[in-house]
Amino acid sequence: MAEEAILGYLAKNQEIADSGEFAAQHGLNHDDVVNVIKSLHGFRYVDAQDIKRETWVLTDEGKTYAASGSPEVQLFLAIPPEGIPLEELQKKLDPLLFKIGRAQAAKNKWVEMGKQLVSRKVQHVNDTVKDLLLQIEGGKVIDQDDIKALRGRKLIATQTWNGYSVRKGPEYAPQRKKFAADLTREMLQSGEWKNLEFKEYNFNAKGQPIEGGHLHPLNKVRHQLRMIFLQMGFEEMPTDRFVESSFWNFDALFQPQQHPARDSHDTFYMKVPAITKELPEDYVERVKRVHESGGYGSRGYEYDWNRDEANKNLLRTHTTAISTRMLYLLAQKPFTPKRYFSIDRVFRNEAVDRTHLAEFHQIEGLICDRGLTLGDLIGVLHDFFSRLGMSKLRFKPAYNPYTEPSMEIFSYHEGFGKWVEVGNSGMFRPEMLLPMGLPEDVRVIAWGLSLERPTMILYGINNIRDLFGHKVDLGLIKANPICRLGVD
Amino acid sequence: MPTISVGRDRLYAALGKTYTQEEFEDLCFRFGIELDDVTTEKAIIRKEKHLEEEDAGEDEEVIYKIEIPANRYDLLCLEGIAQALRIFNGQQEMPKYNVANISRESMIKMHVKPETASIRPYVVCAVLRGITFDEGSYNSFMDLQEKLHQNICRRRTLVAIGTHDLDTLHGPFTYEALPPSSINFVPLKQVKNFRADELMEFYKTDLKLKKFLHIIESSPVFPVIYDSNRTILSLPPIINGAHSAITLKTKNVFIECTATDLTKAKIVLNTMVTTFSEHCERKFEIEPVEVIYSDGKSYICPDLSVYSMDVSLSYITGAIGVPLDADKVTSLLNRMQLSAVQSVSGDNSSDITVSVPPTRSDVLHPCDVMEDVAIAYGYNNIKDIAIAKGYNISKGRAVSLRPLPLEEFSHLVRLEMAMCGFTEVLSFILCSHNDNFAMLNHEDDGSTAVIIENPRSSENETARTSLMSGLLKTVGQNKAHPKPIKIFEVGDIVRLDETKDVGAINRRQLAALYCGAAAGYEIIHGLVERIMQVIGLVPPNDNTTYYLKPSNEPEFLHGTQASIIYKGKQIGTSGIVHPEVLNKCDIPDPCSYFELNIQCFL
Repeated sequence: MAEEAILGYLAKNQEIADSGEFAAQHGLNHDDVVNVIKSLHGFRYVDAQDIKRETWVLTDEGKTYAASGSPEVQLFLAIPPEGIPLEELQKKLDPLLFKIGRAQAAKNKWVEMGKQLVSRKVQHVNDTVKDLLLQIEGGKVIDQDDIKALRGRKLIATQTWNGYSVRKGPEYAPQRKKFAADLTREMLQSGEWKNLEFKEYNFNAKGQPIEGGHLHPLNKVRHQLRMIFLQMGFEEMPTDRFVESSFWNFDALFQPQQHPARDSHDTFYMKVPAITKELPEDYVERVKRVHESGGYGSRGYEYDWNRDEANKNLLRTHTTAISTRMLYLLAQKPFTPKRYFSIDRVFRNEAVDRTHLAEFHQIEGLICDRGLTLGDLIGVLHDFFSRLGMSKLRFKPAYNPYTEPSMEIFSYHEGFGKWVEVGNSGMFRPEMLLPMGLPEDVRVIAWGLSLERPTMILYGINNIRDLFGHKVDLGLIKANPICRLGVD
Repeated sequence: MPTISVGRDRLYAALGKTYTQEEFEDLCFRFGIELDDVTTEKAIIRKEKHLEEEDAGEDEEVIYKIEIPANRYDLLCLEGIAQALRIFNGQQEMPKYNVANISRESMIKMHVKPETASIRPYVVCAVLRGITFDEGSYNSFMDLQEKLHQNICRRRTLVAIGTHDLDTLHGPFTYEALPPSSINFVPLKQVKNFRADELMEFYKTDLKLKKFLHIIESSPVFPVIYDSNRTILSLPPIINGAHSAITLKTKNVFIECTATDLTKAKIVLNTMVTTFSEHCERKFEIEPVEVIYSDGKSYICPDLSVYSMDVSLSYITGAIGVPLDADKVTSLLNRMQLSAVQSVSGDNSSDITVSVPPTRSDVLHPCDVMEDVAIAYGYNNIKDIAIAKGYNISKGRAVSLRPLPLEEFSHLVRLEMAMCGFTEVLSFILCSHNDNFAMLNHEDDGSTAVIIENPRSSENETARTSLMSGLLKTVGQNKAHPKPIKIFEVGDIVRLDETKDVGAINRRQLAALYCGAAAGYEIIHGLVERIMQVIGLVPPNDNTTYYLKPSNEPEFLHGTQASIIYKGKQIGTSGIVHPEVLNKCDIPDPCSYFELNIQCFL
């Protein structure tokens, strides 16, 4: 409405001199008029010049007096012709009003403040203050002295008024062209799109968030690692077996029964089902012997091996329990070389902190073949870790009950500027392999690492609980990038 | 892995060389120990008292905390580390430890009474003659006992060590087991006499000793060692007597190790005497003690004989993958405290005869010797050769591989779920009993869930029997997340199964949850149909493949729940989550849920 009025007016007239007056004349809200002028100016339909005016408006106090009269008149009218005691007059009026009214009335010499009575000095008064205030409210201009007096009494204040003077602009047209926000089916069907101009897209604003499904970051990394193992010719081991016997988790790995890892401080033992019912007896006998008195070139640990200890069920502490079962199965057939891997959950009865949970994922790879060497292990580790983007490796001698030699794997982290431990590795001991029945020249090289640690380094996550478990922020899962291992 | 604290300056003095920290770290790394932390005595105290960090004063002694491999008991004190590194650096040869040549008659005797068999049957002893302690070596001697107790002695259960000033005692000694009420003595660090049963009561409040009381507490007899004057040497494995306590001035030390495991007792005794015989007047010589059992059996200890092991050169080089000649191998072994000589066997192949000293109880098999050759040669030197030669490329490689069906199928299902607009979560296998049952309005009839015997917290009482609690807890933790929340998980649950060797089995499950302004069961229903569709099952026009059958499960709202039936068997559940369950999970918004076993589709 305002737009039509402005463009229509300018079609016949040179100028709108004052948007305020224009609004008043056309019965429009001035704010609407201003908005339209700004918009038309932006599209160069009109040229608009700012007009600023200082005007007087009533303060809250001024507004009250404009409505119900000035305090001095109210006080005057409250005095009956015969006069009134001061206390009674005071009771009739608001205390503040009384105070102001008495001062002003006295100044105007309207009242006599006698000792006993307050009485009128004049018979009739005019409320000029109220009249002036009403004039200002009505937008009328009044005398400068009056302004000064009202301002002195804080009944009026200045206000800046903004408006425009408007002329035709370079793109003036009596009617504005429409800019379409989007291309619609109707526009295509009607062909209207040909007449339309399209609103420029604001590329600085955010696009609309995309709805969709998401994979968990830890599983994304897990999948890429599976791919790496498959590309390197490794076969996945079936690891869906969380409850395991101590025998397969420890004893078969030549881990002595007094080893600290077997302590209840480190391992979850099962109350139900408490013991395993079935073990391969002839193999158990060979394992018992190798612990107690050695054989296969070994001295053994020289202690009394306890079958009950081996029967105890637990939650597997490493996926090597599965590797051991796989190697045992392999040993029951004519020998074929193997490359095996797994990535699955393991459990430790450890204190939980920012980097440790009671359960985590273990990545494990192993190669079983005749004549494998420590050099082969280092070679395969170099290949594997290079694919994860860690090609600068070094190895530290370490101890592990079932591998000899054992090597901790360190990788140089450019970001941290230091060597960080990224995994463990070694050759399985003959005391582990030979009781299974594997040929004597068969060696097994293996390595392991957690899935969580490289993932935390990769995604810059400091607290493992931000990555894994029910406390993880769904927003974080959704925001996670794709996983491209070995690509900077 | 055990960690030991040694004074840096004392260590460098013992090494006869000063290192920069970086150089020392590198030496440790090559040898296979690790400089774990650098601190000072005062900093350790400040940390214990939770005081503010202060700048270390110039005068504070720098302490190195060094991590030791768990099977190297000979490295559990400064003397041991320093000797091992000196030998590794070629600064010293491996010493030969001798048992002093004295007649059986003049040997100190330890008589073992038969009653000890019921509580702690073994004892081994030895004497360090003419020892000279200084403050550093005295503290090291005490620390070594502590470290041995913590590690190989398994907190004194397997072996307990007692050390005594021999000059305060009169042999022969007796190792007995007596009722606690008949044992009276003044224990170490006390001034008054205690009866053994009172002493046990007294130590219940002792932070250090109360941990060991359980070892003998319930036994009717306590192990105890007396001298010929009935002076009590020790009440193993709890405490020594005050009478024979060793001091800086002690010249002759009597060591007794009582045990339930004789092999470990011998290792412990050997470690104590070999390590500290370097401070004796006759270096590396140890005076023996004869232990005599009541049945007449006896042995003389310590046994410091070397163990001779023949290892073929081809085994060593073949396992390491680097060609080395016999001379090189023997010189490398000498740097690892193993004296080795070359011997040519009949078929002309070269053998190495290795003498394993009593300090190296970790050497069990030729593979341990092979590892020492590799360490002395340098793992990182082997690395350079391995990378240059491109080792490993074909070994063990199969011609053709098949993926594991369960993992491959799970992966495909996960992708389909994400394509359906659901977000994957990964929750814990371990959960509390309450989360698995009561929170889901279920009672435990004892037939489904495994129970963990020793959980550290209530979070680890059982393994989940469904994925439901994990998904609900995820929603409970993500209340601020914009609705609707659409999540899924593919993972294993654990159930009791009598037919399996261990009595339990894993099952691969798929579960999904929708949470919005309304429960939206139709979305969950649609998702079930979609998953069935991509698995290749037609929608349920007839009941031959799968169908939904109204059910009555307590975790779901009555009337809006159904079992998922496949080939006549229930494989899953679905429904609007019961408001009571939502309340228990602190979820203010309605949810629908389904879960099914996907292993049956393989």
